[in-house]
Amino acid sequence: MTDVRDRQKKIRNFSIIAHIDHGKSTLADRILEYTGALTAREMQSQVLDKMDLERERGITIKLTAVRLTYKADDGEEYLLTLIDTPGHVDFTYEVSRSMAACEGALLVVDAAQGIEAQTLANVYLALDNSLEIVPVINKIDLPSAEPERVKQEIEDVIGLDASEAVLASAKAGIGIKEILEQVVSKVPAPTGDPDAPLKALIFDSHYDAYKGVIVYVRIMEGSIKPGSKIRFMATGAEFEVIEVGMFMPSMTTVKELAVGDVGFVVAGIKNVKDTRVGDTITESKRQAPEPLPGYRRINPMVYCGLYPIETQDYNDLREALEKLELNDAALRYEPESSTALGFGFRCGFLGLLHMEIIQERIEREFNIPLITTAPSVIYKVTLTNGESMEIDNPSNYPEAGKLEYVEEPYVKAAIIVPNDYVGAIMELCQAKRGEFINMEYLDTNRVTISYHVPLSEIVYDFFDQLKSSTKGYASFDYELSGYRRSNLVKMDIMLNGEQVDALSVIVHRDRAYNRGRGICQKMKELIPRQMFEVPVQASVGTKVIARETVKAMRKNVLAKCYGGDISRKRKLLEKQKEGKKRMKQVGSVEVPQEAFMAVLKIDED
Amino acid sequence: MKKGQAPRALYIHIPFCTNKCHYCDFTSYVLKGQPVDAYLDALEREMERTVKLMPTDVIDTVFVGGGTPTVLTPPQMDRFLSSVKAYFPLSEHVEFTMEANPGTTDIDKLTAMREGGVNRISFGVQSFDNGLLERIGRIHNVDDVYRSLENARKVGFNNLSIDLMFGLPKQSLEQLADSVRKALELELPHYSIYSLKVEENTLFHKLYERNELPLPPEEEEFNMFVLLMNMLKQNGFKHYEISNFAKPGFESRHNSTYWRNEPYYGLGAGAHGYANRVRHMNIKGVQPYIDATLEKLPRLESFDISEKEAMEDFMMVGLRLLDGVRSSHFSKQFDGQSLEAKFGGIIDKLIKDGLLERVELASDIGYRLTDQGVLLGNEVFGAFIEL
Repeated sequence: MTDVRDRQKKIRNFSIIAHIDHGKSTLADRILEYTGALTAREMQSQVLDKMDLERERGITIKLTAVRLTYKADDGEEYLLTLIDTPGHVDFTYEVSRSMAACEGALLVVDAAQGIEAQTLANVYLALDNSLEIVPVINKIDLPSAEPERVKQEIEDVIGLDASEAVLASAKAGIGIKEILEQVVSKVPAPTGDPDAPLKALIFDSHYDAYKGVIVYVRIMEGSIKPGSKIRFMATGAEFEVIEVGMFMPSMTTVKELAVGDVGFVVAGIKNVKDTRVGDTITESKRQAPEPLPGYRRINPMVYCGLYPIETQDYNDLREALEKLELNDAALRYEPESSTALGFGFRCGFLGLLHMEIIQERIEREFNIPLITTAPSVIYKVTLTNGESMEIDNPSNYPEAGKLEYVEEPYVKAAIIVPNDYVGAIMELCQAKRGEFINMEYLDTNRVTISYHVPLSEIVYDFFDQLKSSTKGYASFDYELSGYRRSNLVKMDIMLNGEQVDALSVIVHRDRAYNRGRGICQKMKELIPRQMFEVPVQASVGTKVIARETVKAMRKNVLAKCYGGDISRKRKLLEKQKEGKKRMKQVGSVEVPQEAFMAVLKIDED
Repeated sequence: MKKGQAPRALYIHIPFCTNKCHYCDFTSYVLKGQPVDAYLDALEREMERTVKLMPTDVIDTVFVGGGTPTVLTPPQMDRFLSSVKAYFPLSEHVEFTMEANPGTTDIDKLTAMREGGVNRISFGVQSFDNGLLERIGRIHNVDDVYRSLENARKVGFNNLSIDLMFGLPKQSLEQLADSVRKALELELPHYSIYSLKVEENTLFHKLYERNELPLPPEEEEFNMFVLLMNMLKQNGFKHYEISNFAKPGFESRHNSTYWRNEPYYGLGAGAHGYANRVRHMNIKGVQPYIDATLEKLPRLESFDISEKEAMEDFMMVGLRLLDGVRSSHFSKQFDGQSLEAKFGGIIDKLIKDGLLERVELASDIGYRLTDQGVLLGNEVFGAFIEL
């Protein structure tokens, strides 16, 4: 057993904490390159971000863990595992689980921009998990880099010693070796008893068409190998291990995963739901007395309807969701139907980004054009007869007479912003029905402002407004803080006199008028002229509160047939037709895809 | 058109102009310094290759477009028209149209045209408002129009047509009415009146992108179209195609070839042709075109038209004619297949929407645009195109 214990001493598991754009993926690429996990020729920029979508958006959605070997200056060879984590607030829980699989984290801060809210939130997560934090100041080759100021900020704001912070440029390949040396010298080796009953933390999983669910684990105690009988402590499901391995970075099988190792387990598991992130795997025969702490079920925060534009795509959409669900334990869906849109699904997501990603993947990977309805949060409704219900779809909102009261979810939002924008932020938060909590100075120049804000307001256009009112300088993070009673009403939208259920929204009574007017105006812009006049109305109950009219199309005909150039004429008509394909026939009106999201895009005065 | 049927219509492109108009995206080059004679040589080579590859028994219509064909000098004109006759068997009753710009047609040139076989001239007048003409980049003025038409008549041309445009920047309804009135006073047998379309790669497009092109709103353009249709109708003209009006018997036979989806030769730089279910477009640049003709047919691209696409085209172009399409013509072009079997559903919907109507003929069935359908033609044409 000394072998295992010796080996354990050489293991370093670490992740990278960084704000979006601060260069995390590039740094990960450089580390892989430097340690020879990939030759330069194999390198494709941002190797760890596997999905096209991730690469395009420059964000990480699924986690990956790569095993590297690094020969340090002390002459010893170390076994490093780099666990990549999503950088977005929607995926906070996944971040926290992957941190639980590490002993250390690189804190990457942009040398020009300094600490951002998301970074801060993740640093606190790392500190909660007792990780050793290695500060890295990235992009030092930028002309606007101010490494000394950023060092000071790390010390003042987080209270970390930044004197030894590595000055790096992932892009230019500066400081990579220093980073690895610090990982080796500062990040502790995993503790844990190799002989104890197995305790493995599940921090991610993915579905493979041949092998079933592949579970990503960190072995905290004991070991696991093919043939082991295992048990998932939260779900109680039991399996026999078929294969274990590591990501090097491609999946490579090994004989055994021992304490401290990060790798994968294949055990003929059919459903991702059996393998929840945060759960603990133990042995069936020799069970660990306690699971690892911190497991919780992830619940969606935001719901919307997904409908195929072409009704015949319904079954394909179901299959697409089934496939995505295999890989995404946070995705929920169930069939629903809408008078306007026909058959579709009500889907639950962790947040708006998660929603957009799923929607885009369905359109791209499965080629199903979709209508997405405006996202809704979950309202808790209590009826006059004492019954209570949860509403995630505005069209199920009970009529006013039956309603005793309704509660909506609030979040605690933390916004970091330069001094100059404090006024703008407060104004924005007030306008979003926010309630001030406190304000703390990070340094002489930057402030953290905290507010309680209804989640529905965040879901609307909070991000966009935050960006525009601070010229992009603000960063933002939030967590659910509970439910509160609110004065809410359901607002309906009518097109050509017909109520379109998919356009109904739940709004605060005081905002109904403005929002109704905004939606009608936006609809007027988005709905192309039809062959007849189309009135657009917003109503609360039976009362119409706003009205606009889409005028009838009067003339649409191409002129001459130039010199026999039929193909040009055809292309034009094809373009017109292409546009129509993205529209949904609602009653007699052709409504473009984006109109169903119009509620998110309105300007309120 | 059955596969293999030889074209009976001939389009030839002369890509030279004295200047470029602000709305024009045709293949045209400012004349000065251009190798016009070498171009005419090249045209002859293309004619020779064309008839060798795909001979025809007879040519019913010729249309020489541009550019401005009338920028050719009288000797060039003479030589060009002789070559057309040398390579193509023109029918005794051929309709031989040449486009002309006012101000480029003196008596000598018109005489050369007449003697060369041209029997119809289409003048690009566009407007009877000098201010507007200048704004759209035309170099002629209203006096040139009158002089050119007078000369044409003097030389013996009676089958004359003029083009007018509406929906021009800052054009008012009254200005349009005035132009149409003046055009009608000329008592010509044919008028083409079409709305401005802003094409890419034109000065107007650039202005449009910069929001500096004050086009009349849709409502105003609609009013213009309705007004001019009424004016032409009251003066005894038949509105026979979306943008064309004629006295009985003076409809453009050449353009009807396009509208009936029948084959046509297309020669010259940037010209389009359609034969044997293949559409082609020629090389656009003058010198590259000339060089290419030395070796082969000067094609930029050729593409096969599937039967499905040809059927859609049949409807798309055929319904531009106000007499519409006929079931029997469809069957004839497509080996006995039925128009109703192919497009019945779409037709029913368009009839229901009030854009199309069914016409019972003695031994045939036809479909044509309603008055509303004429205004919203694209909705009708587009309905037949399946992506």
